[in-house]
Amino acid sequence: MENTSQTHLINVTVNGHPERRPVQPRQHLIDFLRDDLGLKGSHVGCEHGVCGACTVRLDGKIVRGCLVLAVQADRKRVDTIEGLTQSGAAQALQAAFVRRNALQCGFCTPGMLAAALELVETKPSATRTEVREWISGNYCRCTGYQAIVDAICDVLASSPEVAK
Amino acid sequence: MKAPAFDYVKPHSLAEVFPLLQQYGDEARLLAGGQTLLATLNMRLSEPSVLVDLSAITELRGLTLAGAMLRIGAMVTHSEIEASALVAQHAPLLPLAAPHIAHRAIRNLGTLGGSIAYADPAAEWPTCLLALDGVVVAKSATGERRIRADDFFVDLYTTTLLPGEIIVACEFPVASANHWCDFDELARRHGDYAIVGLAGAGQRSENTLAQVRLVFLGLGATPLRALQAEGVVKSQPLTASLINQAVAALKNELSAVGDLTSDAATKMHLAGVLLKRMLMKQMQSKNA
Ligand SMILES: Cc1cc2nc3c(=O)[nH]c(=O)nc-3n(C[C@H](O)[C@H](O)[C@H](O)COP(=O)(O)OP(=O)(O)OC[C@H]3O[C@@H](n4cnc5c(N)ncnc54)[C@H](O)[C@@H]3O)c2cc1C
Ligand code: FES
Ligand code: FES
Repeated sequence: MENTSQTHLINVTVNGHPERRPVQPRQHLIDFLRDDLGLKGSHVGCEHGVCGACTVRLDGKIVRGCLVLAVQADRKRVDTIEGLTQSGAAQALQAAFVRRNALQCGFCTPGMLAAALELVETKPSATRTEVREWISGNYCRCTGYQAIVDAICDVLASSPEVAK
Repeated sequence: MKAPAFDYVKPHSLAEVFPLLQQYGDEARLLAGGQTLLATLNMRLSEPSVLVDLSAITELRGLTLAGAMLRIGAMVTHSEIEASALVAQHAPLLPLAAPHIAHRAIRNLGTLGGSIAYADPAAEWPTCLLALDGVVVAKSATGERRIRADDFFVDLYTTTLLPGEIIVACEFPVASANHWCDFDELARRHGDYAIVGLAGAGQRSENTLAQVRLVFLGLGATPLRALQAEGVVKSQPLTASLINQAVAALKNELSAVGDLTSDAATKMHLAGVLLKRMLMKQMQSKNA
């Protein structure tokens, strides 16, 4: 059994860099990333799993950063938008978002990109309807979604190598 | 909002969990995927003093075929169920329902056991477990209990699980060659908890359904079986008039509890729409 004291020492690989830090059990992964590591790319909106602004990857899969404790990430890999945008597929999504005007204030964009990236990687033949269903967990208060769906569909339609 | 302060432990076996539950009693909360629990802690609807993280306990994982039952470990995630070839083959209702549960980022962590234990009346897994006549396997310091879904969900967020008991797995009868199942729900937005949903399962030969179980989510305090409607369609060839009789029986036997967005009458109407759609689809697929 692991230690039961108030502060826990965690080892976590964030965007490829090993980190060893003390955390309080109640601290959310998203606050650990933003406040302790200074990675402000992922945002915090609702803090109860509804808006998707805090979407990051935990061991390669998207999760809500506000519904994971930092201590749960011990010995795991976390990737935030700062690290994810090193990949070709994420860069293709970023370019398509710009081309299609799929962001205005940009608050939702990092979460939107992280969610879209998992779709492009796991369901490269997704239809427009499936794209809409997939991003239904990410709120955008500016764009009205059409442009975001257009941008993701552009990337899905472009060469399949992009997804690699 | 942020969660209140609590402590955190991560045991590596079930044997380590039971003494913790004994020691902390009501103050301890099991942490599975956290996709309900952490949201309620953030809203300060619950203030436990210690969270017992179940994620390192291998006994709670795994998907296995055990005789006539498909056994799915409590810590298996919604996404794992959605993607499993074994589940698609032996309990095809589950992958039909999975995409309706929340959103991908939540399905990647949320677990079968957490959903069954929480027993939300609008949740998909409790409804599917009841429709498939499944079994909850629970363990405590003193032994194992197998509880049929029919006896498990007793009231709003209330099950027959006892203090000190943990759900270790759920078991689903393996689909036979003539197994029939279908799932549909109506939600205001994809991934939201549904207004009303319906899981159907049974045996099919030609245009006739037998051993049918029709279970609604979102209507009452628990997932609800429509026993009279089941009786109407059972062992009779499906026709438009039989289907209308089933919908009438449904409206006669069940009543809905309204919520913030849909009143009771709307919910009952929508339940009828879902039942009619599901049975019509079945009838048409056989006549085609
Ligand atoms: C925005 C949002 C939308 C959602 N929409 C839906 C939806 O449409 N449909 C749906 O079904 N769900 C929905 N959920 C809930 C989600 O499916 C949860 O994952 C699930 O209800 C609980 O599973 P968990 O593993 O996350 O459990 P946790 O949150 O970890 O635990 C839930 C409760 O069960 C107890 N528990 C957990 N595991 C066990 C066990 N093995 N034995 C005994 N007790 C246990 C915990 O102590 C806790 O009280 C939604 C959640 C969010 C945040
Ligand atoms: S801040 Fe996490 S989902 Fe809104
Ligand atoms: S661009 Fe402003 S919230 Fe989406």
